[in-house]
Amino acid sequence: MATSTQTVPPTERREAGRPPLVEALKVTKHFGGTVALTEASFACHQGSIHALVGENGAGKSTLVKVLAGVIVPDSGQIIINGQPSPIHSPADASRLGIVPVFQELSLMATLTVAENIFIASPPRNALGLVNRRALRQRTEQLFADLGFHHVDPDALISELPLAQRQLVEIAKALSHQPQLLIMDEGTSALSIHDVELVFKVMRRMRDEGRSVIFISHRMAEVKEIADTLTVFRDGRHVGSFPMGDVREDEMVQLMIGRKLEQAFPPKPAPQQRAPLLEVKNLTWEPTLHDISFTVGKGEIVGLGGLDGQGQGELLFGLFGLLRQMRGEIRIEGQPQRISSPAAAARAGINLALIPEDRKTEGLILGMSVSDNATLATIDRVTRFGLIDRKRERAAVERVIEQMRVRTPSRQTRTGNLSGGNQQKVVIGKWLLTEARLYLLHDPSRGIDVGTKQEIYLLMRSLADQGAGIIFFSTELQELVGMCDRVLVLYEGRIFRELIGPEITQENIVTAALGLNANGESQKTKT
Amino acid sequence: MTDLTSAAKAPFSLRTWFTRLERQDRSVVVAYLLIVVLIAAGTLFVTPNFASPTFLLQQLRQASFLGIIAAGQMAVILTGNIDLSISWTLNLAAVLATSVAAGQDSQLIPGLLVGIGVGVIVGLVNGIGVAYLRIPSMVLTLGMNALLKGATVLYTGSAPQFQKTPEFLSQLATQVLWDIIPVAVLVWAAISLLNIVVLHRSALGRKTYAVGNNEVAAYLSGIRTPRVIIGAFVLSGVMNALAGLLIAGNAGRSFNEMGEAYLLPAIAAVVIGGTSILGGSGKYVGTVAGVILIRLLDAGLSIMSVTPAARQIIFGLVILGMLFLYGRGERVRT
Amino acid sequence: MTTTRVSSVSPVARADSPLRRWINRNFRLLLAYVVMLALLLLNVVLNPRFFTPPVITSTSNQAMTLVFAGMAQTSVVITGGIDLSVGPIISLCNSLASALFTESVASAVGVIVLLLVVGAVCGLINGLIVVYGRLQPIIVTLATSSIFSGLALVVRPRPGGFIPGWYGDLLTGRVLDWVPNSLIFLVIVVALVWIPFRRSRLGMWVYAVGSNEGAAYLSGVNVNRAKIAAYVMSGLFSAIAGLFLSASTLSGNATTGAVYTLQSIAVVVLGGTSLFGGMGGVAGSLAGAFSLRLINGILFFAKVNPLQQPLYEGIVILIAVVAGASRIFTVRNRLDIMR
Repeated sequence: MATSTQTVPPTERREAGRPPLVEALKVTKHFGGTVALTEASFACHQGSIHALVGENGAGKSTLVKVLAGVIVPDSGQIIINGQPSPIHSPADASRLGIVPVFQELSLMATLTVAENIFIASPPRNALGLVNRRALRQRTEQLFADLGFHHVDPDALISELPLAQRQLVEIAKALSHQPQLLIMDEGTSALSIHDVELVFKVMRRMRDEGRSVIFISHRMAEVKEIADTLTVFRDGRHVGSFPMGDVREDEMVQLMIGRKLEQAFPPKPAPQQRAPLLEVKNLTWEPTLHDISFTVGKGEIVGLGGLDGQGQGELLFGLFGLLRQMRGEIRIEGQPQRISSPAAAARAGINLALIPEDRKTEGLILGMSVSDNATLATIDRVTRFGLIDRKRERAAVERVIEQMRVRTPSRQTRTGNLSGGNQQKVVIGKWLLTEARLYLLHDPSRGIDVGTKQEIYLLMRSLADQGAGIIFFSTELQELVGMCDRVLVLYEGRIFRELIGPEITQENIVTAALGLNANGESQKTKT
Repeated sequence: MTDLTSAAKAPFSLRTWFTRLERQDRSVVVAYLLIVVLIAAGTLFVTPNFASPTFLLQQLRQASFLGIIAAGQMAVILTGNIDLSISWTLNLAAVLATSVAAGQDSQLIPGLLVGIGVGVIVGLVNGIGVAYLRIPSMVLTLGMNALLKGATVLYTGSAPQFQKTPEFLSQLATQVLWDIIPVAVLVWAAISLLNIVVLHRSALGRKTYAVGNNEVAAYLSGIRTPRVIIGAFVLSGVMNALAGLLIAGNAGRSFNEMGEAYLLPAIAAVVIGGTSILGGSGKYVGTVAGVILIRLLDAGLSIMSVTPAARQIIFGLVILGMLFLYGRGERVRT
Repeated sequence: MTTTRVSSVSPVARADSPLRRWINRNFRLLLAYVVMLALLLLNVVLNPRFFTPPVITSTSNQAMTLVFAGMAQTSVVITGGIDLSVGPIISLCNSLASALFTESVASAVGVIVLLLVVGAVCGLINGLIVVYGRLQPIIVTLATSSIFSGLALVVRPRPGGFIPGWYGDLLTGRVLDWVPNSLIFLVIVVALVWIPFRRSRLGMWVYAVGSNEGAAYLSGVNVNRAKIAAYVMSGLFSAIAGLFLSASTLSGNATTGAVYTLQSIAVVVLGGTSLFGGMGGVAGSLAGAFSLRLINGILFFAKVNPLQQPLYEGIVILIAVVAGASRIFTVRNRLDIMR
């Protein structure tokens, strides 16, 4: 049984004897066949920015959702300022001063920013009708207070880019003046500048004696902002420490419960390879311009660059999802016109796409592991159009074994699996197609460390068997650790190609900012 | 996350088995149970003949027309769509078929081809509109229905039409083999067998459920989703046309408005049978049960001389009642 | 395990002129009105006597029941649902009216109030079952449509009954020679019923629920109350439609309303409101309803064979529906088409 080692963080020593702001005691939660939390405990004190770390499936999101009233636990207690306070709904949590910001935004796309923020209780006039002017003014005031000057209160959410939507979500949470703000990966799409603004607000909250629970996979952010750290593993509380009291590798060990192996599999030396994919002058207005590159057999080619420079669209284009795309694509020398994913996956071409959002694009959550695993190859396990159950079962078991999917049974709904296992099913589905070119869109996002490593090993092994991989990742470390070559996109063009030892975090970032090797800004628009 | 270790073997409990069933299976069980209840009630309160094989098979014969239509509608609903063009597809197919066949058995084949052809064309138009043009199926099939009505009215109104059905069709719809089994029921049974095999054992069926569950994920997995959708609508069109021919055969002639009474019961039968109106789940045998239930209810009420008004009210209440029995849809939360 | 995030600086929000932004947001609404005006023009061209008081009044009267039916359907469609009981509620109210009205004005007031209550209660029943039964709107309203139709038949097994002439004149006549009473009635209903609802917090919540029910719930919206309110409004508007229908037919019939269900859906779509919910409104449905009725006028004055009229109606609905979908061709990412 894991024991909780509580060391009291510096700020909290001053107020010894005062009960924690929020405490969860022995919380347990099942989802269908999986257990998310097992008698988990957690305490956050006043005036603290408290980071909560752990692999996916460790229970962090479940715990904060319990605190936020989104999930009702099977058993356990929630104690606020020393008083037991049952929380059965978001409204309960809100009344107790707990407000969450989740990665899945709670915004209504067809309403305006102002309407979204004050939807629960908009200002009303004497007739009981919504006072639109006051609504706008209140929003402007809120934004001024937070420093979010560049968001327009009258814009429809659907008109905003993701980064601004996240800011709206954060502003909405803060408008409730929460005692406890929960940030569950709520900064994922923000620019560095916006992250700083948010951190400033969080520090202000802390100074006022209020608290923040901060969940993030980004250690740099966590180290910068948090004063206390709690580690969760397998649905239990494993340890809590003041920030700085524990080294990173110790923390990672606590998270995964085993010694950290080398993060990335070894790379082969740069070499000449037979071309698998040749792309010439690929253009898709206004996002992609004149993209030309090759992927050799056995190569892992990374896509780097700032957000929104066309990386995702490039993957889509190769997979047949873009219309009016110009340019030439050759696979093993044969020119191809790919007009749909079905065409892309067909024998002879054999492409595979691991999409960005596994829950809505990669899997059918309402169907079983078995059905999902065979989704791309169902025609291959048929005889005269009818499904051959034996062959299907064999294929599914192969996937579960190869990918080491942890699931109670083949018939389990994929919606009940953890994120890492879900991603394994997605990848396994494509492995069955014996694809030769894999397009990976941030495959390890939101995945626990252990599964990430398995994915890295799998990628290299596929490459070693002759497949080509295009690997779009938002984590520099991964690009540096995994790729034989990296193409850095800038404004829809390949700005720079890095080969072998040239692949460093520095070089990628430099190129991503549109600076050439000498650090000079280059005008790329012709 | 930890996997649950398998529970120690508990004694078999009917209640646990029932609650552990997936919703689509649970509905099937309830539906068939209700059929038994209805038959029992019918025997007690309506007529002692209610449970007799002759009577039941008679009812099955009447139900077969609705059953064939519901089979097609189920396929469409499984993909997450709906087909509101039933009534006039049925009608137009029957009208054109009888007109071409001109009452002669020798002209039967051309008549059948024309009739089924109507179904195929309507299905193709619906399917292409929904799959490629992304027109919401409710709206498109509604428009098609209006169009088909216009076409039928125009065709039948402007010149004398031959509406009497060829002998073969009438036989098909009304004949009873060996004094027991109506041929129409055999037709329905054959179609049902086909449906069960395709929906539950074939790759196409798997793809249909996938598309109804999450079209985007299915599409990104390499499934040709437009074909699946078009296939479902074409099936529905053909089923409607076939039903039209049989209904005309049953009446001896085709006539306008012959399809009006079938739309709502067809949808009701599919839903009562446990298929989710949102698509992606449902068992075909459930739809069969739904059809039989509706038919038996109607027969019982009709024999008891219940007024049409009361029958409608009861029909609505029964649908609601069954849906409550099945367990409700998932509450929407993130 | 340090990871550095590389992301761009947030762009400043694009400065779009308010007018351009409004046009972009309300594109489908504008299209609906353009279509309506085009049909109006066609009517005028075919019927030189269009702009005379009798014709204007009769056009308005012929459209008004459908207008209210469209408003009923719009309320529910905004939440992402559908109401198949619109027609039957109209029939029920029409049947009740024909059974309860007497010549006296006092009793008429009572009957009107009663009918509005009946409509609201029918809507309430729909709403309660959808919300607390957690069943899909299409199938709930399918069942209740059968129940309400049955009730209408109980009240009025055979067509007939009595609606006072003065009541009919009140709603279908005209004042100041040019202004149809029906239009005045419409304005009153919109001003006193729709607008207060639309601009209330509950009205905002209805749009929120249609836009993203889960997000609305998390944001503190009382989703249940919003949905129930939408169905009550639908029942209320259906009752108003029934009241108007009674004035224009001066008799009761338990099946006259049925056809309005599907037509109300067509009206909503023609008006540019999305069946997925969260946007649109009554303004579009107004245009849609008038457009549908104007088509009949065109067919009549173009001396189209009456037998062909249903065909043309069907063609026009189809064209409108397909045209509404034509934006498909401008979408360049196949995934976006599907979402």
